Amino acid sequence: MTESIVVDHVSKTFTMQYHRTLKQMAVATVRGLPLNETFQAVNDVSFTVEQGESIGLMGLNGSGKSTLLKLINGVMRPDAGTIRTRGRIAGLIATGTGFHPQLSGRDNLFLNAAILGMSEAETKRKFDEIVDFANLGKFLDTPVSHYSSGMYARLGFSIAIHVDADIFLADEVLAVGDKPFKKKCMVKMQEVRKQGTTIFYVSHAAASVRAMCDRVLVLESGHLNFDGGTDEGIRYLQYDDDEASQEELLDGELGADV
Amino acid sequence: MRAANKAHQQQQADERGRRKNAAARARALAEKKADAMPVVHLEGEKQERFVDAVLTDPAPRGGILEVFQQRYLLRLIVGRELAQLYAASLLGLLWSYIQPALRFVVYYFVFGVVIAAHRGIPNFAIHLFCGIVFVHYFSETWSAGTRSIWSNRNLVLKMRVPREIFPVASMVVAFYHTGPQILVLMIASIVVGWHLSFTAVAAGVLGFAILFTFAGAMALIFAALNVYFRDFQNIVATITQFLHFMVPMMYPFSLVHDMVDKHPVIYQLYMANPLAEAVLLMQKFFWQASVDDPSSVANEFPPDLWTRGFVILGACLLLLLFAQKFFARLEGKFPERL
Repeated sequence: MTESIVVDHVSKTFTMQYHRTLKQMAVATVRGLPLNETFQAVNDVSFTVEQGESIGLMGLNGSGKSTLLKLINGVMRPDAGTIRTRGRIAGLIATGTGFHPQLSGRDNLFLNAAILGMSEAETKRKFDEIVDFANLGKFLDTPVSHYSSGMYARLGFSIAIHVDADIFLADEVLAVGDKPFKKKCMVKMQEVRKQGTTIFYVSHAAASVRAMCDRVLVLESGHLNFDGGTDEGIRYLQYDDDEASQEELLDGELGADV
Repeated sequence: MRAANKAHQQQQADERGRRKNAAARARALAEKKADAMPVVHLEGEKQERFVDAVLTDPAPRGGILEVFQQRYLLRLIVGRELAQLYAASLLGLLWSYIQPALRFVVYYFVFGVVIAAHRGIPNFAIHLFCGIVFVHYFSETWSAGTRSIWSNRNLVLKMRVPREIFPVASMVVAFYHTGPQILVLMIASIVVGWHLSFTAVAAGVLGFAILFTFAGAMALIFAALNVYFRDFQNIVATITQFLHFMVPMMYPFSLVHDMVDKHPVIYQLYMANPLAEAVLLMQKFFWQASVDDPSSVANEFPPDLWTRGFVILGACLLLLLFAQKFFARLEGKFPERL
């Protein structure tokens, strides 16, 4: 077995800028308000993934899952620690890929495929397959700004999954798709998994994670608090403590967002 | 002691509460999403995949050099920029010729006919157009490059691309616009009697080298700055308004050179502008070589044209190096500032 991803004591801090104009900054300084604040999204996370492993990344919203995936993908760089990956990485991060709204689906397809490392010949060879999978019909040549969110996600997923990557990252992107398409995606991901691709799958759906993954990582406010088997991970996430009662479950502010 | 103990207890209670809260949220989420995704099981035996690559940093660090390794991607991005520029436009690409053509007509009328500043400049039209074309190239690269990262934030935020590709794409797009103008200039020069000479070609090569390195460096620096403060695109837009007056094209260089004794500082400042030097070198290539007796206009160039040219090229290369370092430094914070 070869190492596919090595994450070594990685931290990422965001600086939140409160004031943008000179006037606002001056006012804030006079009043003694902070000009910016830092927020640690990923805190000293370390783990190693072998080639072909399928990882379920779980945790509440805002626990740093997307940031971690962005770091692995190379969109962001860690402030501390190192990340090493082997081979081609493809995937979808934080609902949707970088599509250009004014360009047609076809042009976006070529551009996205190129960014993911596909050559022109490779894209042309897989073009029909990608279009078929995305099931865009006559919308292929309309600007993607006219697409529904489902179509957007379908095209993005279809391109990424056809890249023949060594590492595939799927971050809650499928949440917007409809049932049959989700099913199709899961089948395709299992196919890719079977070919020995390393998979990172972000989902809150326990049963789906259980079927898809060999191992679960749980992030809690930036800390990697669990790293182990799927069943244990899911049990860990449910916080099986005695005080848990049905009332609490139905309590307000139940993350309506995905 | 007691107070500390109490504070500690309070902290522990807070921590318990926080965990309980998180637990409730997690359970609710798990319950709600339990069957959000269909369950599909793996069929058959998993294969082993052999990856013929070494462990590397996933973030691109190759800078501008990596951009030139990814020419196919660069071509797609340039194509996209062009398509976007002329989306829903009737005249399309023609617009990039109309603007310099009109500018040429106006400047020619005002400075050539009304003020008659061209006395003593043979082939004034070529002298003027030479400046317009190359200043146009620089302004377009600079202003489009400055906006490039911000306007491509969709891609910058979501995909792993060497980000230098966007300012570089602006350089290519600008060249795509000015290329045919240069061709027009060349044809016009040949028609009036351009003749090939070694010095002319050398001046042309040096001029292009200065122009490209300077424009590229400025595009990189300002693209990074513009992510932090959008004021920079306005600053650039303002400065590009004056660029035409800061190079010797509507007036002869000899007038500028007359300042050398009276206002040495202003003269040096004027000449320190790489764009002025580039335009002078281009005029040596296109204009001087098209004049019947090139030595008759020798006073329209600074005596130290060549030394100055090489020094400025060196400075521009250093500036480009600095720009790359500067860009790489600021780039780390792009995702949170966009």
